[in-house]
Amino acid sequence: MLEETTKRNHETAPASSADAAVAAAPRPQTQGNPMAMEDESIKLEINNLNLFYGKDQALKNINLKIPEKKVTAFIGPSGCGKSTLLRCFNRMNDLVDSCRIEGKLLMDGNNIYDKKVDVAELRRQVGMVFQKPNPFPKSIYENVAYGLRLQGVKSRRVLDEVVEKSLRGAALWEEVKDRLHDNAFGLSGGQQQRLVIARAIAIEPEVILLDEPASALDPISTLKIEELIYELKNHYTIVIVTHNMQQAARVSDYTAFMYMGDLVEFGDTDSLFTNPTNKQTEDYITGRYG
Amino acid sequence: MVMDIKSHTHHISQQYNLELDEIKTKLSEMGGLAQRQVNDAIQSLIDADSETAERVVRDDDDVNDMEVDIDEDCIRILARRQPAASDLRLVIAVTKAITDLERVGDEASKIARQALALSGEGSSAPRGYVEVRHIGGHVSRMLSDALDAFARLDIELALRVVQTDRTVDMEYNSAMREMITFMIEDPRSITRALNIMWSLRALERIGDHARNLAQYVVYLVKGEDVRHETYDEIQEQIQDDKAD
Repeated sequence: MLEETTKRNHETAPASSADAAVAAAPRPQTQGNPMAMEDESIKLEINNLNLFYGKDQALKNINLKIPEKKVTAFIGPSGCGKSTLLRCFNRMNDLVDSCRIEGKLLMDGNNIYDKKVDVAELRRQVGMVFQKPNPFPKSIYENVAYGLRLQGVKSRRVLDEVVEKSLRGAALWEEVKDRLHDNAFGLSGGQQQRLVIARAIAIEPEVILLDEPASALDPISTLKIEELIYELKNHYTIVIVTHNMQQAARVSDYTAFMYMGDLVEFGDTDSLFTNPTNKQTEDYITGRYG
Repeated sequence: MVMDIKSHTHHISQQYNLELDEIKTKLSEMGGLAQRQVNDAIQSLIDADSETAERVVRDDDDVNDMEVDIDEDCIRILARRQPAASDLRLVIAVTKAITDLERVGDEASKIARQALALSGEGSSAPRGYVEVRHIGGHVSRMLSDALDAFARLDIELALRVVQTDRTVDMEYNSAMREMITFMIEDPRSITRALNIMWSLRALERIGDHARNLAQYVVYLVKGEDVRHETYDEIQEQIQDDKAD
């Protein structure tokens, strides 16, 4: 068990007395089965990360290593900070004025919050897919080709190749190959989500962040997305935020459980879902009172 | 995480609490029934009581029916609730435990059949009954301890069951040697001696099933799979966990 002294933010005003009791107690972070991580090469590493929205501390002293070409899931109740943490990986929080970040976030050993980092380039390397599919109001083809066109690629042959490869990679090619120039809004929600994933992988990122990618989809589309995640992890490091615990159990190799800004437990998914080491994790995944 | 005895009563869904509680209760009932079958079978053998022996053979159906019933409950919970962590371990431990209890019932009815065969011949103070009584006592206690350990999530008690199984195995081997000696001394006793040997074999198997039940308790409480591990290995593992 990994014990850490968590730095408390005295300015945080907890919403209720129950919250206050939880916030007051020093919270040890438990590392479920650390042995499993030994053979992994680490893509992303978070060291002592604290994040504030104005006076409120949203992430408290997070330490986490995310292995390369694996699926890591963040689970936890609403407002626990999992989406905030996810958005740190491609500096989406830079867009929030009141947001302040302390600590380090390393990708391949380089701090992505370093002043020298080109944020646009970082976001090319770290793609993101959101809860609601957000295709551009363009054709299916142009949606996927968009990133490349931005990079200045003009060759029709190159674009055609990348569009087909990306759509195949997102398991969408067979469904849209005869209507590539139709408007993307004509696709179903599940197809739109896969199109957005195709758009993300067209520019060959290294990491793909998925923020509740299937929560607005029907069960069949959800399974297709999950199947796709399974395929994608051969090429990319994937980090997924999900409210659906069964989904986390199905798709991920590693799972992090977060609660009120703390990383409570991180470990391999098999152990975490059969024998978690922390009581809060146990209570959350089994649906008990906290 | 080590689970405590009230773990299954704190779900947001009350219905889920009830469902998990029900399989635990039914397991206890089935265990009680299997235990009674074993005790009656041993008694019927020792007392040459054919009436009790017949009842044991007949009641084996009840044990079988309970196995099917609890199995259905467990499958329904798996399908509808997708249990995780200690809930998952409870359901898995129960499905495994009822298989062992059903086999305990089968072994008890095997003993009862031997009792019926022996009571037909009617002979006083037959050899080997001391061993049956002795090993039977051990095995019966193991079974009741294993069931108690299950109900109370008592690892120490479960460990004692695993330990007793070693004693039973040793006593079984020595009883076997003794029965072979009887047969060499008096070849006319071979048929009877074989009946006793089958009964002793059944008792030894019941001990193994009780040990399995105890190992499921370790899995249920600790999340550690200790099947095929020796007593010392299991104890070491539990000590390691305590040190953590």
